[in-house]
Amino acid sequence: MSKALTRVAGACAILLIAVIANLTYIQIFKADEYRSASGNARSILQEYSRDRGPILVGREAVAKSIETGGDLKYLRRYSNGPLFAPATGFYSLVYGATGIERTENSVLAGTDDRLLFDRLQQLIAGRDPKGGLVSLGLDAGAQKAAFEGLAGRKGAVVALEPRTGKILAMAQSPSFDPNKLSSNDSEEIQRYYKELTSNPEEPLLNRPLASSSPPGSTFKIVVAATALESGQFTPQSVIPGPARYTLPGTTTQLRNASGTACGPSGEVTLTEALVVSCNTAFAWLANQLGDDAIRAQAERFGFGTSFEVPMPAAAGRYPTDLDDAQTALSGIGQFDVRATALNMAQVVAGVAQAGAVMYPYLVTEISSPEKTVLDTTAPETFGQAVTATTAQQLTEMMVQVVDRGTGSNGSISGVRVAGKTGTAENGENQPNTVWFTSFAPAASPEVAVAVVLEKSGGSGNALAAPIARAVMESVLGR
Amino acid sequence: MMSAPTASPSEIEATQPTRRNQELGLLIFAWFVGTAALAIVGVGTGEGLPDRFWLTLGVTAGAGLIAHGVVRALAPYAEPIMLPTAFLLNLLGLAMIYRLDIAASQRAVENGSPEPTPESLGQLTWTIVGIGLLCVILLIVRDHRKLQRYTYISLLLGVLLLLMPLFPIIGHTVNGATLWIKIGPFTYQPGELAKIVLTIFMAGYLVIHRDSLANVRRKVLGISLPRLRDTGPLLGAWVLALAIMAFEQDLGTAVIFFGLFVAMVYVATQRFGWVVLGAGMFLVGATLLYLTFDHVRVRVEIWLDPFQYANDSGFQIVQSLYGLANGGMFGTGLGQGYPQLVPFASSDFILAAFGEELGLTGIMALLLLYGILVQRGLRTALSCRDVFGRLLASGLSVVFALQVFVVAGGVTKLIPMTGLTTPFLSAGGSALIANWIMIGLLLRISDITRRPPPAGSRELTPPPQKVTPS
Repeated sequence: MSKALTRVAGACAILLIAVIANLTYIQIFKADEYRSASGNARSILQEYSRDRGPILVGREAVAKSIETGGDLKYLRRYSNGPLFAPATGFYSLVYGATGIERTENSVLAGTDDRLLFDRLQQLIAGRDPKGGLVSLGLDAGAQKAAFEGLAGRKGAVVALEPRTGKILAMAQSPSFDPNKLSSNDSEEIQRYYKELTSNPEEPLLNRPLASSSPPGSTFKIVVAATALESGQFTPQSVIPGPARYTLPGTTTQLRNASGTACGPSGEVTLTEALVVSCNTAFAWLANQLGDDAIRAQAERFGFGTSFEVPMPAAAGRYPTDLDDAQTALSGIGQFDVRATALNMAQVVAGVAQAGAVMYPYLVTEISSPEKTVLDTTAPETFGQAVTATTAQQLTEMMVQVVDRGTGSNGSISGVRVAGKTGTAENGENQPNTVWFTSFAPAASPEVAVAVVLEKSGGSGNALAAPIARAVMESVLGR
Repeated sequence: MMSAPTASPSEIEATQPTRRNQELGLLIFAWFVGTAALAIVGVGTGEGLPDRFWLTLGVTAGAGLIAHGVVRALAPYAEPIMLPTAFLLNLLGLAMIYRLDIAASQRAVENGSPEPTPESLGQLTWTIVGIGLLCVILLIVRDHRKLQRYTYISLLLGVLLLLMPLFPIIGHTVNGATLWIKIGPFTYQPGELAKIVLTIFMAGYLVIHRDSLANVRRKVLGISLPRLRDTGPLLGAWVLALAIMAFEQDLGTAVIFFGLFVAMVYVATQRFGWVVLGAGMFLVGATLLYLTFDHVRVRVEIWLDPFQYANDSGFQIVQSLYGLANGGMFGTGLGQGYPQLVPFASSDFILAAFGEELGLTGIMALLLLYGILVQRGLRTALSCRDVFGRLLASGLSVVFALQVFVVAGGVTKLIPMTGLTTPFLSAGGSALIANWIMIGLLLRISDITRRPPPAGSRELTPPPQKVTPS
């Protein structure tokens, strides 16, 4: 009997070892996989049980966590949800996080390496871990002006500080309320999310960074830059600007918006062509310069690059393999040319900053929970798009657009504003998309802005320019 | 053919230390560990000391001391480690049930629903009842060998207990399993007591019949297989297990009964052939159940890929795995995890709760406590001088071992999930008092085993069973 008993004891030991081995497998080797599994409410509960750091605009916390005393210890609140939504994004139990909430999660959650020392301090002091602070470079006034200007329309505004590339405003319409996606009530979250995703206007789309439209005549700035940089043209160069321009290789005739020739003689200076936004002149010019030269110039302004601001932004597009007719159309920002508000804001910011294009960025500072600054974003140059001379010439031309041309509504009394309107066709029976892009003051620019109103109809000067003006006025303190 | 006793009479003649002080020391240590766990639960959940904290401390200290006093008076030579081990497990279980009560109450406050009845209050009551029954067992059963007289009464009682949930009026079904009887406000799982009386029956039966069962007819592949006509009892146990499954939907208990019977037959006969036969019958039975019962099939499918059913039938096991993963090596700390996310965290899944909050280290410590308990039980069997006592002690130990394995294996997805309680830890009075009774029986057997012969007598009390010459 003893032998059998010993064997039974051995069998029990084997069972015990099997369970312990399996536990080791689960708790050590599979732990990370299980912890990050999408349906694991624990990870979310754990994040929600931490005092997540705020997102600051100026001194105001536009997103912050407040204690609830419930199962989810904290609740994420956005002081002005729809206004800052394109920047903050949301932080949802059900749908994860977007925007800054996503890209800066490690800082906000307090797990970032830069917060290691603070974590250690909190641990020693026995305090609950806290997240770090993320400061955005947004100008609250400009953001508000942009958001209010867009009200009731579909579109986006991006304002940049030309000297640094700092994003001063990124607004969109329609927007959404991140509070409703970040609540502690998963049913409410799901209901609201479904409502948003079934809306054909796509409120969840990040329009400033990701919604691309044909830039229309605002792209003429790029073509004019190519011409000046080529050395074959000056602002005073006289180019043809007839009432109609037959697209090379076709019988299709391109017309000016006015339906008439741009100058009394059918010829205009380059400056005049930009001031009156002469389609035939720029179509002709594009054919003279060739698509490769224009594409190279567009890319120097940032087209073709996906910037991370830190959210990834869509790259501006100048198409490849163009025939002459297509090149002519692309010269007036039609055909397959596509740009976001950010892309066009970068073009004018480059012109404003003597040709230097900066990397755009949203986050200016990372701070510890005790508000010690841990990291400051240093502005970085993306490249020199045009020479300072060309930039100066373009600025003068654009100032005249506002002073006496198509962009009159962009003017601010007492400030020299450089700007350009755009109206892009979207095909048969579709309302036009209108643009206005500008910077001010022309002599020492503080703000560059691009406004796009998707399929709004009307004109850039009538609809978009007042919004751009309001944003510029806000930044300039007027 | 009785094998030689491991403890020779001459050894026993030497003055046996009672080792009662060792037991007292360990009990006090266990009480302090339990107290610390309870206090940490309060701190970890941020709610301060749990309700009835001081009451719990007082009651458990009193219960521990009384148990110790009773053992000192009635079973002075009892093995000194089992009681403190069981006591510690019981206290840790209480602490975790308090912790889950706090979570349930927090949830109720958050939802604005009425405060739920705390499970810990019931568990504390059952702890007292359980330890009380341990004392009663030691008082009534002065010599475990007398239990052998009740072999067939035990069989009748065991079957009756098993059938009780099927009786009209008192029978009670929870979550598809018909395991309960309900009298007034009280529900009870008679199957837990049935485990004990059926172990007594098997021990008594095997004392008489082990010789015929040990007869070998033929050898197959070097393994001695029993005679066909001797397989009757095993077949009986097999049918009983299948019946439990079929009528009460209790897979776990069925597995334990059958495993227990095979182990006891093996210990009694030393014939490995019974294990082979038992394993074969288990496979046949398992296949039959798999083919016949939808819910057995579902359980196997959940076991194979729980994540496929993560939001419905596999929810519980998936949550359990997430909890264990969240615990990792050292756990979140008591009161700081989310064990309440696992359904039935306080009963069937209490090991997952420990795994989350105490981590791999903590759950390993718990499993080792069971290891100690089972090892002490089997050690008692090994040193017991009478065959009945040996079989009873080994049977009771194997019940603990199988129960822990089936639960821990189920919770960790090592084997398919079956609803079973974890001995001493899980909330639930039926299992808790049955476990304490089992400890009482083991203490009694070890006491008789280690007790020196009465003064003047150089002979051992002859065991009251048929002794066959070797």
